[in-house]
Amino acid sequence: MIKYASDDLVVSAAPHVRTRLRVPLVMWVVSATLLPAIAWAGYVFGPWVLVVTAAAVLAAVVTELAITLLLRRPQTVSDGSAFLTGLLVACNMPATGWGVLPLYVPVVASIFAIAVAKHAFGGLGQNWINPALAGRIFVFFAWLPAMTGGWAGSPAFDVVSSATPLNLLKFQSGMMQDGLQAGSQAVLGMRLAPSHGDLFLGLTPGCIGEISAAALLLGGLILILLRIVNWEIPLTYIASTALFSWIFGGLAMTGQAPSFFTGDPLYHVLSGGLMLGAFYMATDWVTTPVSFGGRIVFALGCGILTVLIRLTGSNVEGVSFAIVLMNITVPLIERMFVPRRFGTSEGRAA
Amino acid sequence: MHPRDIGLDTMSSPIRNAFLPHYLYIPLQQHIGSPAEAVVAPGDVVSRGDVIGKASGYVSVNIHTPLPGKVIAVQDHVTATADRVPTVVIEVEGRFSLKGQVSRQTDAWKSLSRDEIISRMKEHGLVGMGGATFPMHVKYSVPADKKITTLLVNAVECEPFLSADNRLVIEHGEDLVTGIEIALKALGVNRAIIGFEADMPEAVARMRGLVANRSNIEVLVFPVKYPQGAEKQLVKAATGLEVPSGGLPLDIGVVVSNAGSLVALKEAVVDNKPLFERIVTVTGDAVEKPGNYKIAIGTRVADVLAEVGLKKKPARIIIGGPMMGLAQYSDQVPVTKGTSGILVLSARRAAVYRHRPCVRCGKCMTVCPMGLVPLLLVSRVELGMDDEAKKHGLLDCIECGCCSAVCPSERHLSQAIKLGKLRHVAKKREAAGD
Repeated sequence: MIKYASDDLVVSAAPHVRTRLRVPLVMWVVSATLLPAIAWAGYVFGPWVLVVTAAAVLAAVVTELAITLLLRRPQTVSDGSAFLTGLLVACNMPATGWGVLPLYVPVVASIFAIAVAKHAFGGLGQNWINPALAGRIFVFFAWLPAMTGGWAGSPAFDVVSSATPLNLLKFQSGMMQDGLQAGSQAVLGMRLAPSHGDLFLGLTPGCIGEISAAALLLGGLILILLRIVNWEIPLTYIASTALFSWIFGGLAMTGQAPSFFTGDPLYHVLSGGLMLGAFYMATDWVTTPVSFGGRIVFALGCGILTVLIRLTGSNVEGVSFAIVLMNITVPLIERMFVPRRFGTSEGRAA
Repeated sequence: MHPRDIGLDTMSSPIRNAFLPHYLYIPLQQHIGSPAEAVVAPGDVVSRGDVIGKASGYVSVNIHTPLPGKVIAVQDHVTATADRVPTVVIEVEGRFSLKGQVSRQTDAWKSLSRDEIISRMKEHGLVGMGGATFPMHVKYSVPADKKITTLLVNAVECEPFLSADNRLVIEHGEDLVTGIEIALKALGVNRAIIGFEADMPEAVARMRGLVANRSNIEVLVFPVKYPQGAEKQLVKAATGLEVPSGGLPLDIGVVVSNAGSLVALKEAVVDNKPLFERIVTVTGDAVEKPGNYKIAIGTRVADVLAEVGLKKKPARIIIGGPMMGLAQYSDQVPVTKGTSGILVLSARRAAVYRHRPCVRCGKCMTVCPMGLVPLLLVSRVELGMDDEAKKHGLLDCIECGCCSAVCPSERHLSQAIKLGKLRHVAKKREAAGD
């Protein structure tokens, strides 16, 4: 018989067992599933991609550490959330050749994400906006030429240094009017839009984390299987983007009579940051609704706004703005989906 | 939610009689309501089944001694609910009388009237044995304005890891059927439903065989899901009806009794045996011989552990199950009428959780069987906004623990809600000038 004393007994309130899913584990697993996409970008576009990624991650982690020390809060670097934010910031930086994208751009984006978007509102769980997207949008408007020019060609594959797939789409549509994409205009006409296969494999210019739909799809599916990411947001977001781009995409095309139901949904789904946004940004627990119905509405809104911005906005890419705009509406969406309490008629179906 | 089996399976462990302890610590309050009053004094010699505590008032039941011996003290002693409760201490000695020893199947009880059955419940100390320990005679004295249509028998294990009800049905199926018939007579209704979970095939088959020729007793099997055995969830599964918020099953014509309580009812009415022992699942990764034991009420946990043996140093001793059980600071607490399980966990299984910030994953809301939003409810409780918390369903919480169990931030959600409820009760008492 093993001896023990009353002091050995831990007293706590029930429940006494828990499932194994923990926030730090979640953050590190999500980070791990992003690595294939980043590694692929590094292979296709050269090592500067990896330097930019390292800079973004380092800046995020150091900022997190500095703020927790400064505010004398418990150290939270090991929970992996700052690391993940840095990775997501890097994913939103353009993949460029060696030394083209200045390193201060990802560094400032990460600092803004951690210091302003996250900690100014109270730290993990309190931010209303996706921190990585906040950082990206901040530097996007601060250094527009750096963020939108200089798309890399690939030394490894036959990828011409050129406009991004969505740039091409917009130029072809003749809707590029305000000259924001000056850096890309030079290549206008040089190359036709890439094939669906190139888009899927990431053999197209773009941001570090958005070029390969295949790698992101794989990572996203792993996260769904592990129940870390819900399926309803990615599915609704991607499906609604496909639907609306199919319905309205044809209206913006030149060289043919504008008509409904003639868009190219697959092109829209595989290009730009949609995969990254749908699996990694729009599914962020903190900044999205908690209810099933709320998530559907949220993702639907993201899809509508993405297509709207892509087809009619002055920016070529709409995913990050769509998600951030929908982040703002989350408290309102939540009010529509209060679950019905057992034994009452209060609330609505979840 | 579906808590995974963590290798503490006792489903196939037959009920064994536990050794007899040298001393019994029998609390005079083992039920909801007013405590029984001691009718013995130090020096008295008692025999098996004697009344040692007399019910005081309507919501109270008699307390009996399971073993013969000498009363050596009537003193305060710790119980699972951590209160100091007046307790009769008995030094076990002497010989068994046959009272309550023989299990019989006779129809003699059929001549008893409803009132006689109900007074037998109080006299023989019957309470709900699923854990709530509500006196049975009160539950079965249905107010005249309530129309009861159905007796629902809860054979769904109330918690993961516990298997006492499962074994009871397998080994005492006939007693349960007789108990159901007695209960139906006491209620004056003719329809009973026995609810099982899908992971109890042996018990289901046994019961189906026993009620095959009885058209008024129906066996239903529900999916394995916690908290399937919670009263409101079971009523919903069996009848499709929801117990209204703040109401009781009898508001929708249902009386729910645990299978163990009905076997005890049969023993009380047919065998004239008071409730003085019960089947307890003893398990946990620190236990050497886990299983289902028939234990005399008043046996201290330390004595139980001496019998089942320990293979690891205990870090947490829990009375009840892993989801709702009460962690104990002392192994001197006795087994009572409401003790369905004793769970002994080693340090590896008894982690201390960290209560990190909420990341709004929504998992707590998804698993809540009552349709609450624990993340919002708990933030109100933490801020002391009790009225707001009530609007979010504070008082509807059944304390099943699912929200805490799934929280990836290890938040003390269920614990905070319980705190809010306690605060509510304290305020109400204060307002009543108690």
